[in-house]
Amino acid sequence: MENSKLSAHHVNLYFGKKQVLKNINIDFPKKQVTALIGPSGCGKSTLLRSFNRMHDLSADAKVEGQLMLDDMDLYDKKNSVTDIRRRIGMVFQKPNPLPKSIYENLSYGLNIHNFPKKEIAQLIENALQESYLWDEVKDELKKPAVTLSGGQQQRLCIARAVVLRPEVILMDEPCSALDPISTSKIEELIIKLKKDYTIVIVTHNMQQAQRISDKVAFMYLGELIEFGTCDAIFQHPKQELTKNYVGGHFG
Amino acid sequence: MKKKFSHLINWILLIGSTFLVCTFLGIILWDIFSKGAPALSWDFITQYPTNGMTKGGILPAMVGTVLLTFITTLFAVPFGVSCAVYLNEYAKPSLLTNIIRASIRNLAGIPSIIYGLFGLALFVQGLHFGTSVLSAGLTLGLLSLPYIITTTEEALKRIPNSMREATLALGATQFETIKDVILPKALPGILTGVILTLSRAAGETAPILFTGVAFYINGVTTSVNQEFMALPYHLYMLSTQHSAIETVRPLAYATAVVLIILVFMLNTVAFIIRFKYRTQD
Repeated sequence: MENSKLSAHHVNLYFGKKQVLKNINIDFPKKQVTALIGPSGCGKSTLLRSFNRMHDLSADAKVEGQLMLDDMDLYDKKNSVTDIRRRIGMVFQKPNPLPKSIYENLSYGLNIHNFPKKEIAQLIENALQESYLWDEVKDELKKPAVTLSGGQQQRLCIARAVVLRPEVILMDEPCSALDPISTSKIEELIIKLKKDYTIVIVTHNMQQAQRISDKVAFMYLGELIEFGTCDAIFQHPKQELTKNYVGGHFG
Repeated sequence: MKKKFSHLINWILLIGSTFLVCTFLGIILWDIFSKGAPALSWDFITQYPTNGMTKGGILPAMVGTVLLTFITTLFAVPFGVSCAVYLNEYAKPSLLTNIIRASIRNLAGIPSIIYGLFGLALFVQGLHFGTSVLSAGLTLGLLSLPYIITTTEEALKRIPNSMREATLALGATQFETIKDVILPKALPGILTGVILTLSRAAGETAPILFTGVAFYINGVTTSVNQEFMALPYHLYMLSTQHSAIETVRPLAYATAVVLIILVFMLNTVAFIIRFKYRTQD
């Protein structure tokens, strides 16, 4: 596909003997929001986490096939995993700020990747501006990040990913632990961020998928059933399974 | 009606045993403090023993115990914490790690006198450290290791995986993640375990018996290759080995008071750390 930023080719993933992803082929378009939907346990989070190699930590996970960022093979031994994770940021289900101050939460990534010391303060301000958090926290950057509200913490986690200027941001149900107002702020933020970043978001919330995504991929039992524009998946699904799922008949 | 009655019996039994335990503790503390307090004075903790230990203080024994605990800490904490970090953060579950864990648990069950014999064979004779505060400190370190490893591992286990994922997803290496996030967050738990273990080690007699503790030395131990006096051994000696046991009895009790206070102070530090940690969360 032209414009593809992140892609999977013939990807199988096993946890021990159990196959969790079955022959996944997908291309995520550049600077668009793609939503991964499907019932619990369908493998959407597993697929998401295989792109920034978060499965490296589980001893029994085995990945087959090819996962690519542009034309870089993400599982090629000569590519450093820390560099891959800088280029592919991630936001998790529950906000997980580091037990440090708001400022340090953002400076941490910059420091380990050796960004020039004198640019750090400016980069942090930019990232907080971009994440609509600057006005709320500019006077209390020294405060522990855990004192922020849940929604603010999640925006801080987005800022923490954004500050490293990644190319892709993976989001694993970023709103599932948040109230409706915080959720709408984050959705607004996601729509703004797609100008600069390729975003892949796992969500259980079908209204959310319709509100924010350009493309939608529906997964079921480890397989990619259907992939198309938001409109195509929700209004004119081709597959019976997709139709049933987006119609709310199972899930 | 019958149910209510059995409830009452249960309640009385539970409250009764709690009271019994507290009563014994109270009696022991009262006994030691009432008999030891009269002999306690500023001189007692700042003077050398004199007149065949029937007079004077216990300064060398206090210095010995502090020095000993210091060496134990220096040896046991880095090794114990590193071992726990390896087991909890790096080691993949396998037969080998299961064997290592089982061995550590078994080490904790070995009687302390066996550690004393082992220390005598390894440090005093094998490595030619002689009977010294170094040999004794290392022996106590060995004794403390399994406890430090176990408590540190527990503290590390309490850190949720989302913390590890947070920094790893930013491109931090596993070592950076452990150094910058996991260890600082686990520190209060680790410190509590370390201090409780050390306060236990400070009161041990058997492991230091063959490895360096002395009946009497004239002067304070200032170097790691010297023998030393220690509070628990001093107490043992005053209560059972002295020629004029009746005369030195108050001194023995006063020594016990000092030892209890030292251990209590260590435990208080652990308590404060735990309290601060809890209010932070």
